[in-house]
Formats: sequence, C-alpha cells, structure tokens
Amino acid sequence: MSGNDILVTDGLSKRFGDFSAVSDVSLRIQRGTIHALIGPNGAGKTTCFNMLTKFIAPSSGRITFNDRDITAMRPADVARLGLVRSFQISAVFPHLTALENVRIALQRKRGDSFDFWRSKSALEPLNLRALELLDSVGLTSFAYSKAGEISYGRKRALEFATTLAVEPEMMLLDEPMAGMGHEDIDRIAELIRHVSANRTILMVEHNLQVVANLSHRITVLTRGRVLAEGDYRTVSENDEVREAYMGAGHA
Amino acid sequence: MSVRLEAPAIAADATARDRRANAIAFAVMVGLIVLAPFVAYPFFIMQALCFALFACAFNLLIGYVNLLSLGHAMFLGLASYVCAHAAKVWGLEPVSAIALGVAASAALGVVTGALAIRSIGIYFAMITVAFSQMVYFFCVEAPFTHGEDGIQAVPQGRALGLFDLSNPWILYVFVAIVFLFGFLAVQRTVNSPFGEILKAIRENEPRVISLGYRSMQYKLAAFSLSAAIAGLAGATKAIVAQNASLTDVSFAMSGEVVLMTLVGGMGTFYGPVIGAFIVVSMQNYLAQYGEWVTVIQGVVFVACVLVFRRGIVGELAARARISL
Repeated sequence: MSGNDILVTDGLSKRFGDFSAVSDVSLRIQRGTIHALIGPNGAGKTTCFNMLTKFIAPSSGRITFNDRDITAMRPADVARLGLVRSFQISAVFPHLTALENVRIALQRKRGDSFDFWRSKSALEPLNLRALELLDSVGLTSFAYSKAGEISYGRKRALEFATTLAVEPEMMLLDEPMAGMGHEDIDRIAELIRHVSANRTILMVEHNLQVVANLSHRITVLTRGRVLAEGDYRTVSENDEVREAYMGAGHA
Repeated sequence: MSVRLEAPAIAADATARDRRANAIAFAVMVGLIVLAPFVAYPFFIMQALCFALFACAFNLLIGYVNLLSLGHAMFLGLASYVCAHAAKVWGLEPVSAIALGVAASAALGVVTGALAIRSIGIYFAMITVAFSQMVYFFCVEAPFTHGEDGIQAVPQGRALGLFDLSNPWILYVFVAIVFLFGFLAVQRTVNSPFGEILKAIRENEPRVISLGYRSMQYKLAAFSLSAAIAGLAGATKAIVAQNASLTDVSFAMSGEVVLMTLVGGMGTFYGPVIGAFIVVSMQNYLAQYGEWVTVIQGVVFVACVLVFRRGIVGELAARARISL
C-alpha cells in the first residue's frame, strides 16, 4: 500500500435485497488532494459516501484510513481518527447560536463531556477559538444569531467552521453545492479551497461543472460502478462518461 | 477568506437578559414556596413539590434530549417503595432511606436505559412502557411491597438524626430544600458542558456523531440522571405521605407526568413546576366531582395542545423572547 494514499477502499459493495447499490468500488484518495466523486442520480454516490463515514455498513469490501482498517468501526470513532463528514442537508444545530454550534465541536478536545455538575462557563475559554473559526468563514457578525435563522449559504459556512473545529485530517463533503445559487456556489468553492490547505477532501457532487476547477481528481460512478477516473480533462473527454452521465446536451 | 457580509449583524447577546429573567423567576419561585404553607394546606404543597420535581426529571429527557419516556413512573414508584421499606423495616433515618431509593432508581435507569436508548422515537417510548409494566408487576408480586396494600405508616424519623420530620414545619423546610436541590441539579445539568452536547443531540444527532461523540453514552447518562431525580421525588414523597403504593408505579402516573410537563411547557425550567401544580391542584380541588376530574383533565390537555402548544411558560417565554 502506498503511504501517499490516505483513504483506500477495496471492492466496496452494498446490496439492498436484490438491488446492488454499489458494487466493487475501489478508490484511492491521495493525501492532500481534493477528490470528487460524481455521477448521475442513483449512481450510488451517497451510498458510497455513507459507507465511508460508517453511517451504513458495507455488504463486502474493505475501507482503510491511514493504513488502518476502519470497515467495522463505529461512526463516532472514525470521526475521532480525523475522518469527518458533512451532510447533504446543511447540518447545524438550529436552536443554538453560531458560536455554540462551533463550540460543540471544540468541546471534543476536552475529551468526553460528561461533567453535568459543572457550569458551562467552563467552556468560555473556547469562545476565542470559536470566534476565530467563525471569522475564517465570514460569520463573525452572526456569532450570536441562532443557526436556524441565518441564510442557507451561511448555514453551510457555519457547518464548515464546525467541522474545521475538530481539525479533521480528511473531510468528506456530501454535495456541498446542493440547492445553491451561483453566488453561493462560488462562495462555497472558495471555502472548500480555503479549508483544503493541509488536508484531504473527498466530495460527492452531482454536477460535474462545479467540481471542474476545484478537484485534482475525479471518479465517475454509474449504476454503482466506477466508470472513469482521472483529472477533469481526462474524465470530461471520456466518451462513456459523456454518454452515461452528461447526456446529449454535452455530447 | 473574503466572504462579504451583506446583512446587518444581529449580534445582540441574549444570554444576559436570559440570566436576569431566570434570576427573577427563581426568586419568585422561592418566595412562593416560602409563602405557600401560610396560604394553602402544607401537605398539599409538599406533595405538589414532589410531583414538580418528578416533572422536572421527565422534562430533562423530553425537553433537552428529545426522548419521550412513557414509563417514568417506574423510577418514582421504585424509589418510593425502597425508601419506605428502608425507613420502616430497616429503621433508616430519612436521608439515608431517600438516598437508597435514589440509588435504586438510578440503577434501574442504567439498566433500562442501556436497552431502551438503542431505539428512537415511538419505539423508545414503547420500550419504556414495557419496562415500567414489568416494574409494576414486580411491585404487585414482591413480598416487601405488600401488593395492593402498599407500605403504610412509614415513620418520618429524624433527618440525619437531628431534624424531627414529624414536625410539619421542619418537614416542609426539608421538602423545599430537596425540591430546590433537584430543580437546580436539572438546571445545572442543562447548562453544563454535558448539557450542551445533549442539546446538540436533540437538534441533530447524526451531526453530533459525525463530530466524534458517542451519542448513545450521552443519552444513557441523561436517562440515568433523570431516573435518579425522579427517584429523589418518589422517595421524598414516601416520607411526606408516609406510604408507598401502586399508584406511583402505575401507567397512569407515567401519563400524568407527560401532562404536567406539556401543560407547563417542555424544554423550560419552570414549565414542569407550574404544570405539576396545575394538575395536582385540579385533582385536589376538583375531587368533589369524582370521575369528572379525568374528563376535565382531558379537556385542559386538549385545550393546551390546541391553544398554547409550547405550554404556559413556553408561550410566555416565547412572547418575551427569553428562555426560562
């Protein structure tokens, strides 16, 4: 195994009854790159993604992260190793303020937070770091707003700040651009580039165009199988990809 | 990073306002507890305080972790039996007897919680019902609970060997202290580093897991804490009423605590207290209407759900834009 691959899957498969959602997917994600996993609806991207983050168990195959077999690990434990996921529907804690959202993640550095007898003022030393993180995604002035009351694009930014707070070695992003307008897409692309410094990113995306300038490598899935892999040019010039994925409009 | 901010910032820090509102509410509550025995029948107030504490324990789960337990009477009732037995048969002084009751309920909470929290939503609720039915059956059959008779004539004794609880005034002070201790314990739990994780689990559990927290352990800890506080309420009630009976482990009691919490306002600190006083008062002052109490309760419940969904305190707090 190459020491340069941070996340590796071997023959990853998932069957739901007779239906094979993902079959025999072998991925190698290089350390320090932005890797995109794309494909049309029903290609198995999200199933694949959920297996990588352990939210569903694979039917067969193996996943290793930093040369460590994580196939049978629990999701919280995988996160502790430094492999942290985002969600398709922006995952914030709506009734907590933006600051509190980030602080939940920062709290993990204290270890387990079972101290129910202590005042939460014990968390105040974390506020400065939380504000720094909010600042890094441009949310300083929303620190005390309830997360549920800020715009969709900002919720996404808040989610990034929260994920960054646990200092993950690798981030898995589930359709980070889903449901966004052009302006927001640019903003999120900028954010992804910003957070990719010193870390590896694997993102699942529906739209090939938005990942074009962003990702170093692209893997195309259709019907649960890997169809093509390479940089944007290689993939976009692949005839099978054009036919299966982009449709007549791009051919 | 240059992400522009278009909208004006709403940076008003509401925590200072909340803190002030809570300090006032707490002072008012303590004031009312001090004045109440001069206005109303002290025994009634003491019983209501026990139920209020029970509702606070239930609210810790439904209001802050979004776990609906429909079997919470098992913790109230078991602690009540254990405390009554310890005081009467083993001759323990009341504080030790209560502590034993709390320990029994906490242990029951750990065991039932470990199995129940694996399920969510309605399945979680049904498993808690199943467990509470088992505990009810146990209390009917076990020799020390005396079945239908219950444990009667529980001695009130001297708390810590010093304070004679058979003196109604001393008993009242004792119960008030226990209630305030339990109430503040719930409040502290919610406003602790642990409570922050609980609230995050309530809002979005998968996200909490993805940040590396084993959410099950947090839910189990909350469940056990809630069981212990419900036990504190039940054990104290056994000393106040000088008995332990099947009523306190019954399914009806599990339902009543839901009613108290919803009427007062779940997810608020003062809601369950007010809800408990309303429900207990209705039972007490409407007792002359016999069977009609249940009907009136039902109507109040329906009215609450239709008119103020957040409960009395919940609606008031929402209107004043504070959290109580």
